[in-house]
Amino acid sequence: MRQSIIQWFRFASPQSFYPLAGRMIPWFWAAAAVFGIAGLWLSFFVAPTDAQQGEGYRIIFVHVPASWMSMFIYLVMAFWAGLGLALNTRVSGMMAQALAPTGALMAALSLWTGALWGKPMWGAWWVWDARLTSELILFFLYLGFMALQAAIDDPRRADKAGAILALVGVINIPIIYFSVKWWNTLHQGSTINMNKAPSMAQTMLWGMLLMALCFWMYSIAVALMRVRAIILERERHTEWVKHAVE
Amino acid sequence: MKPRQKRIALIVGGLASLAIAAGLALNALDSNIALYVTPSEVAAGKAPQGKAFRIGGLVKEGSVKRQDMTVRFVMTDMAKDIPVAYTGILPDLFRDGKGAVVQGRLGSDGIFTATEVLAKHDENYMPPEAAAALKQAQQTQSAPDAKQAPNQVEKKP
Repeated sequence: MRQSIIQWFRFASPQSFYPLAGRMIPWFWAAAAVFGIAGLWLSFFVAPTDAQQGEGYRIIFVHVPASWMSMFIYLVMAFWAGLGLALNTRVSGMMAQALAPTGALMAALSLWTGALWGKPMWGAWWVWDARLTSELILFFLYLGFMALQAAIDDPRRADKAGAILALVGVINIPIIYFSVKWWNTLHQGSTINMNKAPSMAQTMLWGMLLMALCFWMYSIAVALMRVRAIILERERHTEWVKHAVE
Repeated sequence: MKPRQKRIALIVGGLASLAIAAGLALNALDSNIALYVTPSEVAAGKAPQGKAFRIGGLVKEGSVKRQDMTVRFVMTDMAKDIPVAYTGILPDLFRDGKGAVVQGRLGSDGIFTATEVLAKHDENYMPPEAAAALKQAQQTQSAPDAKQAPNQVEKKP
């Protein structure tokens, strides 16, 4: 037991995490490509037209994975930020910092595709309903986190300030998820529920899940690439970075 | 307690109190967060008086009538009905018996004059053949199509 804990904490040091991340990146890129090709093929060529919405519904193959990832990445980011705050591990703060831009991208993608979907289906680009508003707040939380971190020069203090913001913002995630249940919203309820079968055709569901996996793998690959850059930047005064860059 | 445990306790405690605060605030804001009221709530006098608001519900089956550019239809939540008049372009998904949200003012004659009509689609996705089969099955049962009603019917008043 003692042994395993020590092994685990070994990767909390930037020096040993840097090469590990480097080895993992190509695998996540490969997985993203495989899931992406399969997902796109299913969603555009196999999945049937929707009875109500026609071909326009196909935007869910981007919209839903992006929305899921925007929420999930925030949870992961807050987890790392909280871990860094509690244990003072250095890589944790860097992971949180590396995840934020990807999360912001996903939130922006979700809002943007949602608007493109909303205009033809609902008749409005934007409505101030609980789901849309809370997702917009999530987007602003990401931007706020990045701005706060960038505003403080000392990386350790930047991590601490960012961590507190990230942890406070976690409260928004259940609000986004349950908003369609708690309040009257224009946004439809969730298609995929934990307590009942999903209310969509099989091939549509598979297309959506494969696209979600693709987005997930992409997010990991990009976050790892970014965290490597952050490690080099923050540890540039150390011997090992000087050797690594040479 | 070690400093590390202290920090963890502080974070957990902070998050818990934040969750309670947010819960109370959202509970207090409940009616303001809702995008629309249901026809039953309008009938019970819960709609805001003298200003624009939104009504959400189903477009009553067979109630849509067009006259030049004006569309007249009835919004229902299976309990109460509200007649609506709207001049303008309807969204593609605006259909008989489907969900919609209308924004406008309630006139003294009881007719709601809408300035905006939004279609509310449900969370079900299926190919046309499956939809046709489902409809046929429902017609043979000839039961009232309660499942088609989006969640607003069950929602608390």
